[in-house]
Amino acid sequence: MFVDIMINTLTLTVRFAVALLIASLGEMYNQKAGIFNLGCEGIMSMGAFLGMLVPFMIGGAGQVPGYVNILGLITGTICGALLGLIFGIVVITFRAPQGIAGIGMQMFGVGLAGTFFRSYIGGSQSITGINATAIPVLSKIPVLGEILFTHNAVVYFAYLMIPVCYYIMFKTPWGLHVRAVGTHPRAADSLGINVNKVRYQSLAVGGAMAGFAGAFLTLCQAKMFTADIIGGRGFIAVALVYFGQWHPIKIFLGALIFTFAQSLQTQIQIFVPQFQYYEFLTMLPYLLVIVVLAFNRESNKFGPASLGKPFNREMRV
Amino acid sequence: MNNYKLCYKVAVVLAAIIVALLVGSIIILAVGGNVLSTYWIIISMPFKNFRSICEVLTRMIPLMIIALGICVSSRCGINNIGAEGQMYMGVVASCTVAFMCAGMPRMIAIPLCILSAAIAGGLYGFIPGFLKAKLEVSELLSTVMLNYVATQFYLFCIRIPLLDPNEKTGTPMSARLPESAVLHKFVRGTSLHEGIILAIVLAALIYILLFKTSWGYKMRAAGASSRAARYGGINVPKYLIIAMVISGGCAGMAGAVELMGVQGRAMSGITSGYGFSGIVVALFGALHPIMVIPAAFFFGILLYSQVNLQILTSVPPNLVQTLQGAIILIIVSVQMVINNPYTEDRFRRRFFSSIKKEAK
Repeated sequence: MFVDIMINTLTLTVRFAVALLIASLGEMYNQKAGIFNLGCEGIMSMGAFLGMLVPFMIGGAGQVPGYVNILGLITGTICGALLGLIFGIVVITFRAPQGIAGIGMQMFGVGLAGTFFRSYIGGSQSITGINATAIPVLSKIPVLGEILFTHNAVVYFAYLMIPVCYYIMFKTPWGLHVRAVGTHPRAADSLGINVNKVRYQSLAVGGAMAGFAGAFLTLCQAKMFTADIIGGRGFIAVALVYFGQWHPIKIFLGALIFTFAQSLQTQIQIFVPQFQYYEFLTMLPYLLVIVVLAFNRESNKFGPASLGKPFNREMRV
Repeated sequence: MNNYKLCYKVAVVLAAIIVALLVGSIIILAVGGNVLSTYWIIISMPFKNFRSICEVLTRMIPLMIIALGICVSSRCGINNIGAEGQMYMGVVASCTVAFMCAGMPRMIAIPLCILSAAIAGGLYGFIPGFLKAKLEVSELLSTVMLNYVATQFYLFCIRIPLLDPNEKTGTPMSARLPESAVLHKFVRGTSLHEGIILAIVLAALIYILLFKTSWGYKMRAAGASSRAARYGGINVPKYLIIAMVISGGCAGMAGAVELMGVQGRAMSGITSGYGFSGIVVALFGALHPIMVIPAAFFFGILLYSQVNLQILTSVPPNLVQTLQGAIILIIVSVQMVINNPYTEDRFRRRFFSSIKKEAK
């Protein structure tokens, strides 16, 4: 039984870590540019809703061709980018305090998704979504095969994003601009980098990735939409960026650890039904985040120096 | 008062209201509702009769208590978005104490329940305050995480320790509170209960605390500029923690009042989003304890309209949450525009070019 639990848990971990991973990588772009986007949850919610809406409008609950699901993913991504830009207007152009604005964005996104869901879809409906396919030869490898090679294409695409994000952030001029703008916007400004433009771009990228993560949740994971489908993943994604010290690889590890704890808890509920105190298991991942943040004070050193500080070109220093 | 300055503020606020209404209209149109009739239902239905006004006031009570707490923490420069979790802790504590106090006179039982809720909420607020003050953990993250922990803890409590022994269907909820711990209604058949007295007394207390005591002065100084406050000899971490404890205590009391005055038993979803709405109320009331009262009344109207929207229109009640989010985004933007001297100067030159700027 123990082996079963572990194999199931690891398989689920590999699949379910994707939403968190993509959202945190997007949030990493925001934070590296100095924007603390707590509205991630709301953006994911809208992405999740659109990921459901597009296939549902075209094919209802029945089977739809593959490209429709991809269209759902793309719509969610675009909507996420737009919401990121709206957030940008508030925190970059108007220079509003980012923590509170993020809560506003969260309520706006979750509320909007809920409103549209009630009027366009109505009750709980399920879609076929993107199903998992086993890769022919590789999935036959004992243990590892099931854990690593029985997922759908979007999962592999998502894991491909880790090196891509790393490359963009650390090896391209634009990545350098993002980091400069988040570390010392005034110095970047004096070198001719348009600080607000780079921040808007990074918010659009981060929002797009959050939207994609949301659409992934409905299309590949839950195959349905409910108003609370995100269930705090957006906030956890923000915490994971701290946890992963603003580095794609460490964020990936954080996402894996966190999802592992969550999947283990669902497996224990299934395999050990006589265990009565499962709420405490559900708490564990959240407590883990707090404990790590509390006892890893060194990690603040790795953070962007002007995280959360709006840039005002007209202000004297 | 400078003429143009007032005009500028009025113009900005008017523009903000128009933007908020526009956002709402677009959403209503998108879901196929009638814009004018929806707005009319939101505004007019609460004043239809005495009962509906009472409904609004009932929703105003927890909003106000939470917003008062958030005023304290925000003035001190720490964002408490964990009111939802602190409220859950307050519900658990007051529910437990209420059953222990069964049979005692009301004059003892009710203060005990509310006090225990305040202590539980305060302790729960102490955690993020301590983490922020001593270990530099962002309170935005820790409070959100603690919200989820509290939700799970509450679900556990109503599923096992506090479960109603007579409940056969398996719905996790506590038994009805004993009579000694129930807040009475003022008028039979309406929902307004004695909790509103607590809310108004708290508003006065928080006003005195913030503006008439040295603690309040030090908290506001720490919030305005923590470095300057530290230079002035104020122990900033200490006041951060105190502010968080007060804020959490208020949220806990809101939970107790909601439990003892409205629901009568602890069941899932008892906070119904008040923790987040309280943030909007506090912002709308400009973080001033007295201004919070009308702000809470306005949001009481909005929350009550959820009921009417569901009955009378095809517009989903989630619209209210969306509007709250949009209002937060607009308020924080407006505050920055109003406080921006450059935009104000531009405005003056555009519309009041004949008036010379007064010499300072």
